[in-house]
Formats: sequence, structure tokens, C-alpha cells
Amino acid sequence: MNAENATYAIEARGLAKRFGKTTALAGVDLTARAGTVLGLLGPNGAGKTTAVRILATLLRPDSGAASVCGYDTQRDAHQVRQLIGLTGQYASVDEGLSGTNNLIMIGRLLGLGRRAARARAAELLARFELADAAGRRAKTYSGGMRRRLDLAASLVGRPRVLYLDEPTTGLDPHSRNEVWAMIREMVSDGTTVLLTSQYLEEADQLAHDIAVIDRGVVIATGTPDELKAQAGQQVLSVTPARRDDVAAVAALLAARLDAAPEVSAESGTVSAAVESGRRLPEIVRELDAAGLELAEFALRKASLDEVFLALTGQPASAASADAQKTPELNGSPR
Amino acid sequence: MTAAFPAAAPARRLGPLGGLRNSFTLTWRSLLKIPTNMEDLFSLSLTPIMYLLLFTYVFGGAISGSTHRYLQTELPGILVLSVVFATMGTGMMLNADITTGVFDRFRSLPIARWAPLAGAIMGDAIRYVISIAVTLGFGFVLGFRITATPFSAAMGCLLLLVFALAMCWFSALIGVMMKSPQAVQGFGYLLMFPIVFGSDLLVPISTMPGWLQAFVKVNPVTYLSDAERALLVGGPAASLVERSLLWALGIFVVFAPLAVAMYRRRT
Repeated sequence: MNAENATYAIEARGLAKRFGKTTALAGVDLTARAGTVLGLLGPNGAGKTTAVRILATLLRPDSGAASVCGYDTQRDAHQVRQLIGLTGQYASVDEGLSGTNNLIMIGRLLGLGRRAARARAAELLARFELADAAGRRAKTYSGGMRRRLDLAASLVGRPRVLYLDEPTTGLDPHSRNEVWAMIREMVSDGTTVLLTSQYLEEADQLAHDIAVIDRGVVIATGTPDELKAQAGQQVLSVTPARRDDVAAVAALLAARLDAAPEVSAESGTVSAAVESGRRLPEIVRELDAAGLELAEFALRKASLDEVFLALTGQPASAASADAQKTPELNGSPR
Repeated sequence: MTAAFPAAAPARRLGPLGGLRNSFTLTWRSLLKIPTNMEDLFSLSLTPIMYLLLFTYVFGGAISGSTHRYLQTELPGILVLSVVFATMGTGMMLNADITTGVFDRFRSLPIARWAPLAGAIMGDAIRYVISIAVTLGFGFVLGFRITATPFSAAMGCLLLLVFALAMCWFSALIGVMMKSPQAVQGFGYLLMFPIVFGSDLLVPISTMPGWLQAFVKVNPVTYLSDAERALLVGGPAASLVERSLLWALGIFVVFAPLAVAMYRRRT
């Protein structure tokens, strides 16, 4: 197999990786078609970064295999490194160097001559609106500027496959939109992108396909629309007038619906995914017959957040809130 | 922006000169950072000055009866001390490159695996030259005089550089093993202190108890200090230089492969 007739730009089969007693990946399959964006979604510690590090040749999987444009990430690591660009929380820019020198250094490492490296650096700095700060040390850059320089650094070699590991984490909305626009531009140039994110909105905006990963396994794949459909098109939320009735309402919905209802402790709202509105009259009659007085009874479309919740068992926001560092973040597999 | 697709298929491997070229690029990177890293420059140049002032005027009278006479035997020792301590910077900077993720970027590029280590260490050679120059320069201000031939003195500086370039692999090993640059510094000094001061670098060996003499007599820092004294002030140098070089080779042969192996495991 070679680069020109590989079906997928990124292909991973059965990737498994342990760090001591922690299982980071427990058999992950991923595929990304050439020229598309694959969104890898999951809470902190789900294994996203470990997967990216394996695909970027930085880590060896304990078992399984991965290829980029048909080149094996272990056997043909040198070829893979010529095809990829890596950016995100880890592959960082050198803070002690100016923006220009960071990019010249990478150009030189990729085999460009002095003048070509300088020209490429200037071209990328202009494109990422960093020309004014080109001579300043990266240490003095704002978060958004650093992220743009990081992105520019990953593009010096005109990669066919780009890994973006949480590219907008910690960015303000304006910088985030800029990064999104740049990602769209690269994809329209034919680049394949693997994007990891905790933000469902980001995947919804950018990804052609999504893989949801949790505790080291892929728990769902599909287009954003397919995933929304998979977790139930609509959500029924019922809020009883009396707090004491919450358990009774939850029990009644659990008996009538296939999906287990979620109870919000703060608002006392019971919500559950429903296939269609056909069962609603029946549910209303039963709630009435049970003497449960209601404050709210509503049917609405599922958000990707609810999809995430249904799939991982925890809300995306809560998962990112307890952002403890996972072993792979420290990069030391000791 | 030109098309994102490189026309040619990726090369199977890096040419023989490729790794060397990568290393030179990364040496250039290290050199660019020297003038901007003020803290490192300060500690690099102030450490020898502080040691020279302290040891010359606090201990000089007690050890040699006169500060001037002491300076002639002590300055070669301070040169060794400054350069050995300066090698700690290598480990700290390597560690910072690993913990900040700069090395992850390097490793995702199609470059030689050893180039980032080699580049960092070649870049450090200039730091050792700075350390040697400051120590000698300030020593002259205090009254130190080279009484051997200029060629011999130049060989003395070269020997220091060679020894430092071997010793910095030990520092590199600590750098790739520790969790943070601070840990590298703490642990590094803990190991370096007995090696540096457990020698005749500052004090004649005859004043020490027997068990300590046994250690001092096998300590490479002792050979290097004696060799520097011979090369700068005069005296038979050949066997001392030979032993110092053998030690440097031994340190390199043991610690360079270990550092590279740990670096590969870590990153």
C-alpha cells in the first residue's frame, strides 16, 4: 500500500496503550477520509491525546496499528513525519525565539534552504496576522497569537494530514473563530484534519465525521447529524410542581420510555430522549392518573451536549471542569 | 498559499548528512537564545566571580598564607568548578524543552532522533567558553598570572571544554529523567557538590583525613584541577592531561548512551 491509493488519510485499528496501571486506550479504531475533518470528542482523560500522539509517531501503541496516507506510524515513521503537522497543547513553540525564528528553524529542519525558510516564515506570519509581532519573542505573545504561531509552525512543511489537539481550548470567542476559519481554509486546500475537542460546538461546526471516545474506547461514530439522531431526536423534559414528586415522575418515565431519564437535582427536571411525540398523550394521562402535578412539560430537539451525555454518561462541561492531568499529558510513560 | 500537497512521495530515510544538518540548525537555535536568557547569563558569569572573591579572600590567607599565592593555585580550580557547574544548565534546558513540549514538535518532524540532544549540547559549548572567559578575565583583575606558555594555557582551556562537553551528558541524563527544571537543579547540585568539592580543587590534599584522600585521589575533578594548574601555571602536565581526557571519554561513553536511551523512552 502507498500514499497515492490509500483509501483513508488516517487509519487506526485496535490501538491499545497503557501507562502503568492506567489504560489510556483499549482498542480504538479510527478512520478519516482524505480531505475531511474527523472530530475526536471526549472528556478529559478519555484517551484523545494518547491517540493523537500515536498517530503523530510520538508514542508506540502496545497493540494495534495506525497508518497515515498508507504509511505505518511505527515502521514508516520517517515518512509519516514528512506528511503530518502537529499542533495543540503539547507540540509547543519555542518561547525564547521570535515568531520568525521559530518558523525558520522548522523550515530549516525540514530541509529548506536559508532563503526559502525565511520566505516561508514570512508568508505564514502574514497569513496568520502575526507579521507585526514577527520579531518579538513568542514569550510575549497573547494566548491567541501563540496558538496561531503554533498552527503556522505545523504548516511550514505543507502537511497532508494535520493534527489539531484541542486547538481552541482557552481561547476567547474571537480568536476561536479565527482558528476555525483557518482550519476551514486548510481543508478547502485538501488537507485532512484530525481535530480533538471537548467542545461539541466545535465538532459540529467543523467535522465531517465524529468519533466519540470515552475511557479509551470509541463509543459512537458518525456525522454530527447521525449522532444527534442516534441519541434520540427529541428530548422530553418534565418538571413536577412538588420536589417530592421528582422520583415518582422519573420512575414513570423510565417505565414508559426506552432511555433512562436524567434527573437534574438543581431544577428538579426529569428529561429523557424520545423517538417521537406519539407516546406523549399516554404519558400525560398516566402522570395525571398518578396525581403528579406538573410545572413544565416540554418536547424539544436534542443538543449535541445531550448526545454526549447520553453516550458518555457525563456532561461535556462537567467532564472538562474536573480537568485533572492524565498520565499521557505529562508525556512520561514511566 | 500554494497547494497543500507535496508532489513527491516522502523519502524513506534521512541522508547521512541530514542528521548533522539538523543538529547545526538546533545549535543555531541554542545560540540565538543565549543573549535573551538573562538569568542564565547572569548565573553563568556571576558564579565564577562570586567564587573567586569568596575563596580568594576568605580562605586564601588560611590556606596559602597569602591571597595572591593562593590565587595562583586556586584559579585553575575555580575554572573547573565554574565549568562543571555550568554543565547543569544543559540538563535544565533539556528538561524545559521536554516539559514545555518543544521536543514533541521536534520529534514529529522528519529529523534525526539524536539531533535535538546534539544541537542543545553543541550550543552549550559557547556557554562554557563564556564561563572560562569570565573566570580567567576576573582572575587577571585580581592578580592571577599565566606563568606557563600561551600554547599550554590554550590547551588548558581546550581541555576544560572537552571535559565539560563530556560532563554535560551526565547533566543531560538528569535532565531527561527529572520531572521539572527545578528538580534537575536541586538533584544535580546534590550530586555535583561532593564531586566538585571532594577534590583538591581548592585545598591541598595533604590536609585531608585518609578516607577522604582515598576518594579525592580517584576523583576526576582532582586530575582535571591538577592538569589545569600544570597547564596554566607550570609543571609536568602530560600524565594529568592524559588521565583527565580518559575520564572525559569514560564519562561520555557511559552517560551519552544512557541519556539518549532515557530521552527516547521519555519522549
